[in-house]
Amino acid sequence: MTAATEETQTTERSALGQYWAQLWRDPLGISGLILVILLLASAIFAPWIVPYDPNKILVGQKLIGPTAEHWMGTDHLGRDVFSRVIMGGRIALQVALASLTAALTVGLVLGLIAGYGPRWLDNGLLLMFDAVRAFPVIIFALALVTLLGPSLYSVIFVVAVTSIPIYARIVRTQTIAIRNNEFIMAERSMGAGNIRILGVHILPNVVGPLLILASMDVPLIITLEAGLSFLGLGVRPPTPSWGTILNDGYSFIRNSPWPVVFGGIPIIIATLGFTFLGEALRDIFDPKLRRDL
Amino acid sequence: MWLYTARRLILALVTLALAVSLLHVMIRAVPGDPAAIMLGPRATAEQREELRTRMGLDEPPWVQLGIYFSDLAQGDLGVDVKTGREVSAIVSEQMPYTLVLILTAIFWAAAIGIPLGCYSAVRRNTLIDRITGVLSVSVIAVPSFVMALYALLIFAVALDWLPATGAGEGLFNKHLILPSFAVGVSWVGYIARVVRASMLEVLGETHVRMNRAFGLPESRIVFRYALPLAILPTVTLIGVGMAYLLSAAVFAEIVFARPGIGALIVNAVGERNYPIVMGCVVVTTGLFVIATALADLINAMLDPRAREGI
Repeated sequence: MTAATEETQTTERSALGQYWAQLWRDPLGISGLILVILLLASAIFAPWIVPYDPNKILVGQKLIGPTAEHWMGTDHLGRDVFSRVIMGGRIALQVALASLTAALTVGLVLGLIAGYGPRWLDNGLLLMFDAVRAFPVIIFALALVTLLGPSLYSVIFVVAVTSIPIYARIVRTQTIAIRNNEFIMAERSMGAGNIRILGVHILPNVVGPLLILASMDVPLIITLEAGLSFLGLGVRPPTPSWGTILNDGYSFIRNSPWPVVFGGIPIIIATLGFTFLGEALRDIFDPKLRRDL
Repeated sequence: MWLYTARRLILALVTLALAVSLLHVMIRAVPGDPAAIMLGPRATAEQREELRTRMGLDEPPWVQLGIYFSDLAQGDLGVDVKTGREVSAIVSEQMPYTLVLILTAIFWAAAIGIPLGCYSAVRRNTLIDRITGVLSVSVIAVPSFVMALYALLIFAVALDWLPATGAGEGLFNKHLILPSFAVGVSWVGYIARVVRASMLEVLGETHVRMNRAFGLPESRIVFRYALPLAILPTVTLIGVGMAYLLSAAVFAEIVFARPGIGALIVNAVGERNYPIVMGCVVVTTGLFVIATALADLINAMLDPRAREGI
């Protein structure tokens, strides 16, 4: 009886509504969603939000604490920290978006080739993935920065290269699992080519879990970008990034703690927001992915 | 088990060799002459030519790779261009600081994380379990260098309780407290989560139910029978997490101006000092590959099911 009523209830609601209701019941997921929306909105509307030009040096106002005019104070050159924090969010999300797009595209293609192609190609690609993953990420990033020189594009490249093997491996595993299904065999017996099987049947089954994992990687990317910029090896000054704000603040930490205090807060908000939201989404869409780590 | 050990070690060696080759290829693929970059813009053509011959850059690429591997096998990582010292000597000078930092961090993180995870599992869905869960996710998510900076700000700059920079005399002293906090704090979260999950699994097993049926006290069941089993995944976690530990150590060394591999490599990257960077990369990658292999081996020793796969 109860089962029957439940069933009728679920059919009344759309799938999307169901997911929404599930997310609504998860307080952490909702707070993550709010933080992420705040972050995205502040990045999109940044030019209209910032009270000052983030690179403008205000003469005679170095390292002042939070005031009504400068909500987060000013840095060692006399630049408004609040404006720099807001603009820094753009850089962080830009890096995340660009590197994820690149990593997902390449990872997807390589994973499909490895999972669907001939055995020797699969083995070769797997070895390559393992070789890249053998490097500790930050060390590999530092080595690549030495070669390429520090810049925004190096950061994007580093993030993409280090994530490709992870995504490719997941796609490969999923592809192999699906490849031997009966419906694929049926499709092939009806004369479908490899392109059609890969594009129409395997791809849609692979993309879902991949996107969830990618969304959970956003905090790691933000961390890596801020970290490299903090070391002075990421985004070049004077471009505002959360990492460079921290780096500047760190040099003058004995003079004023405020740039470090306010430079760290957006990183915490961003990493927590995306993590909470990512975990909630994973639990809703694909509980199987739950790696209790 | 022997077969597995042999296969796992060969796999580790192959990965390491491939990784080093990849690195080598990457260096060569970058436009520009490494000799010219190392010597700077003011070097004469003769100086460049001389360094090129000394570095073996005029040999074909596969010969260069061969030379590099044979040097590596003899423990020769090349010579620092700036000081003319052996890279292997410089690296082994800095290594103990990083290792001590990592080990201290993991030790205190385990000392707090294991009881916390264990408590959360036994008192499941209580307020403390919920709080531990949220805090674990949070400390894992927030980057270690942000925590390092805040720790520096609070305990060294504002309160002046602990030294802010340097490593002090000897390896173990109060200079280690803040950096090891920064490296270890996210590991409290990792370990608590893993121990909680595996503890819940173990507590659901039949032999635990059997213990209950025999009327054993709950504390004896938990500590004597369940916990030793539930701790095992932590071993694998630490092995696989070596890379995260290293990256946290890099940042902690910079923030607290400590000597170590991280400080060495970051400064070398800033100066584009290739031999030092490559030496550090090879050593840390080796360390990481060995740690992962060891974790797999320990895991396989404890759980025969894990021996399949390779």
